[in-house]
Amino acid sequence: MSIAKTQELLGFDEALERYDPVMGLEVHVELGTNTKMFCSCPTEFGAAPNTQVCPTCLGLPGSLPVVNGAAVEGAIRIGLALHCEIAQWCRFARKNYFYPDMPKNFQTSQYDEPISYNGYLDVEVDGRSFRIGIERAHMEEDTGKSTHVGGATGRIHGADYSLVDYNRAGIPLIEIVTKPIEVPGHLAPAVARAYVTELRELIRALGVSEARMERGQMRCDVNLSLRPKGETKFGTRSETKNVNSLRSVERATRYEIQRHAAVLASGGRIVQETRHFHENEGTTTSGRVKEEAEDYRYFPEPDLVPVAPSREWVEQLRGTLPQSPTVHRRRLAAEWGISEFDMQTVVNAGALEQIVATIDAGAPSDQARKWWTGELARVANERGVDVGELPITPAQVARVVGLIQGGELTDKLARQVVEGVLAGEGDPDAVVAARGLKVVSDDSALLAAIDAAIAANAAVAEKIRAGNHAAVGVIIGAVMKSTRGQADAARVRELVLGRLS
Amino acid sequence: MYASGSDAIRRTAADLAAAIASGELSAVEVTQAHLDRIAKVDDKVKAFLHVDAQGALAAAAAVDAKRAKGERLGPLAGVPLALKDVFTTRGVPTTCGSRILEGWLPPYDATVARRLREADVVIIGKTNMDEFAMGSSTENSAYGPTRNPWDLERVPGGSGGGSAASLVAFEAPLAIGSDTGGSIRQPAAVTGTVGVKPTYGSVSRYGLVAFSSSLDQGGPCARTVLDAALLHEIIAGHDPLDSTSIDMPVPPVVAAARRGADEGVRGLRIGVVKQFDGEGYAPGVRQRFHESVELLAGLGAEVVEIDAPSFDHALPAYYLIAPSECSSNLARFDAMRYGLRVGDDGVHSAEEVTALTREAGFGPEVKRRIMLGTYALSSGYYDAYYGQAQKVRTLIIRDFEKAFERVDVLVSPTTPTTAFKIGERVDDPVSMYLADLCTIPTNLAGNAGMSVPCGLAPEDGLPVGFQILAPALQDDRLYRVGAALEAALEDRWGHPILEEVPAL
Ligand SMILES: [Zn+2]
Repeated sequence: MSIAKTQELLGFDEALERYDPVMGLEVHVELGTNTKMFCSCPTEFGAAPNTQVCPTCLGLPGSLPVVNGAAVEGAIRIGLALHCEIAQWCRFARKNYFYPDMPKNFQTSQYDEPISYNGYLDVEVDGRSFRIGIERAHMEEDTGKSTHVGGATGRIHGADYSLVDYNRAGIPLIEIVTKPIEVPGHLAPAVARAYVTELRELIRALGVSEARMERGQMRCDVNLSLRPKGETKFGTRSETKNVNSLRSVERATRYEIQRHAAVLASGGRIVQETRHFHENEGTTTSGRVKEEAEDYRYFPEPDLVPVAPSREWVEQLRGTLPQSPTVHRRRLAAEWGISEFDMQTVVNAGALEQIVATIDAGAPSDQARKWWTGELARVANERGVDVGELPITPAQVARVVGLIQGGELTDKLARQVVEGVLAGEGDPDAVVAARGLKVVSDDSALLAAIDAAIAANAAVAEKIRAGNHAAVGVIIGAVMKSTRGQADAARVRELVLGRLS
Repeated sequence: MYASGSDAIRRTAADLAAAIASGELSAVEVTQAHLDRIAKVDDKVKAFLHVDAQGALAAAAAVDAKRAKGERLGPLAGVPLALKDVFTTRGVPTTCGSRILEGWLPPYDATVARRLREADVVIIGKTNMDEFAMGSSTENSAYGPTRNPWDLERVPGGSGGGSAASLVAFEAPLAIGSDTGGSIRQPAAVTGTVGVKPTYGSVSRYGLVAFSSSLDQGGPCARTVLDAALLHEIIAGHDPLDSTSIDMPVPPVVAAARRGADEGVRGLRIGVVKQFDGEGYAPGVRQRFHESVELLAGLGAEVVEIDAPSFDHALPAYYLIAPSECSSNLARFDAMRYGLRVGDDGVHSAEEVTALTREAGFGPEVKRRIMLGTYALSSGYYDAYYGQAQKVRTLIIRDFEKAFERVDVLVSPTTPTTAFKIGERVDDPVSMYLADLCTIPTNLAGNAGMSVPCGLAPEDGLPVGFQILAPALQDDRLYRVGAALEAALEDRWGHPILEEVPAL
């Protein structure tokens, strides 16, 4: 992927000395209902293209939509969990625009009558709590998925041809739109990430979606504008589309702050436009310029009757809400014996779910936490992905921990095993076997190595015999080297001291 | 009526069904007689876009087999029917009178088509129509106009001119239409047939290719009120596939038709709509209409005049709402998945192919309405046009409510004039739109309407339609009044009106 020209950026700190950012986040969540929003087609992920379609989701002439009650229920539960008001009566609306992956060339969505509105979600960053206002959470349908073949960018322009898979068309979506977010500039990228993370935890806790960003089940658009310090009027915004990992949310926000600042600082003007985020480069490029707001010619969907959830039903659904993520996390923090601050680190690393699953698979909490926020977080960062996207399962991590505890792996060997799993070499046990990483616990084999090391380091051996135990490290090091790290260092130490006492 | 046993094509649907059930005629014989008639006269009339001889004969044979096994047959089993080409039929071409759907074979049946098949009605073919049901003369069909059998130089009305003409040409005893602003009733009026727009939501729209979703309604077309009632009961009823479908029992329209014919309208309160009379109405239309009102009064109905001032604004409101919805409904015709595709040469982009296809595939009236609707929904204009039209709609609903507090039904001429000449109004869209002046309020209000023939205008000898309007879900009232008027007029004339249609 090539980017036309290098973008001028202002340093992050410098940008924030001069400007304050205002953000707006739009998150689309695919509901995990069994059937689509307006027809009874299945929603399973990964089916062969165009096998989960019918006249309605293909938009064939004469077909009509029927609202999926389970989707409305999911929408209301999300609204309630976000402390929103739930509309007494609301309608769907048609959002009219032409696009090949949209079967009817209008999207059945909601416009001025969303099912949920006016709520909030609290997030924590650096030990500080921020309340993110929720403007609305409305129901709509997903579009099909285009694949543009040929051309340099994978986008429609310049492609040789395009393929459309309508399996995704009509999957229920909830679009959650924040009110303008104004936080201290240097925290803005972290707050954006924390919000999406928190929202993801909430959606999962509700059980309404797996919210897996790598599968597009949760997608984020980042709206950002800058205004000079002291100015109250909002600046012109850019809308960065489909920012599809937690890490990218943070990076895209940061990048856009720096890009806007550079344009404004040089006396330029920000164009209102859609931008694309590039995962690999961590940059955004211009998509469609929206000098005038696009006219979607919204009007109430005449093929559907209004949705009027009874108050009894809404209250009944309120009763089904799970423990709030905050309470849930407090409980876990207490169970694990860690501070709330440490817990926030876990959450913002996007690792909470993995850690819980690893503990469920039998690992002690401190070990599970150590692996996911340590080694695995480091690798994820190196690879530029979220920890949840690493090709290692919580069960595999638990197995590695089990091998350490059984004395069959040292920490150092365990890291090699994990490296093997991440490299696709198979299960931990398979990696241990294939790489021959078992701890050398056979004393006779060790003693042979120790004797060889003593012979090679006679002077050091004499010092140890004379009572200088600090020197024993040299011999241990030599033994570890000759056993390629597979010996248990503590046992080696015991044996060396035994030999030389 | 048409009791000559030898000539199956002139018999009523009720009569044919009885003949088939008794074994007097086989369903295959009846179907073949109609296929022969189509082969003989449709070159002149052009009522059909597609004749499904094979499918029809197979369906008829199945009915005969059922009878042979002693299975009970439905009230219209084995009777041929002409289906407006706006309803999808599985594996049978469905064009909506448009080039853009040329060659499309729907993979599914409209609910109306499914119900007809389940009732063993024989779908004999698909009838011509104004493109996407936009028009009042069937001249907007991409496949050429249908001609009115009363005078082949004249239009059969529209958009369902094909369905109405097929009845008058004795090509089918039953037909289905769709009525968005009068497309069933106005052709019925100018062809001397019966056409009913049922209450919105009582006949499923699933598989009815949408023109204006909040107005479209399928309904029966027939030569007699009783035949229309029998057909009405087959196609109406709740459909879970249509969210706007009403989950209520179908009103007893067949019983109402029988009662009207037997007992008349004594004690019924009839309101004559003040707005639909006077200037712009042909003298013969006024004369036949008022004679009919007097006839009903003579039968014991109580007649009053009803003032419904909002009806004056119905036409402009309609021409904002219907085009707005159509601009969105017709967006799906983009050459991506079905129908016509123009310019797919590896050079043009997808966007260009869509534009070229729509340019080539839609006729001028469809384009006019898409543009009107696109404009009316545009930001900055929405409130002034679409929003304002919705307010008028509310006023019309209120005027109906007020009227129906005083009377059981409202009546008016169905159309201001009799059938006009082919080509006469094609260059003047507004005069064309006026043909639906009296029928539009019902669509905007969502209640029920019928056109029943009330004679021939003295000045041109062409049929005049008498419109009856009833509150939502009181469709049975239409049939009671319609059948009473039909019986009284036939008594007066000594024969059904279609006896006077010139031979083709
Ligand atoms: Zn579907």
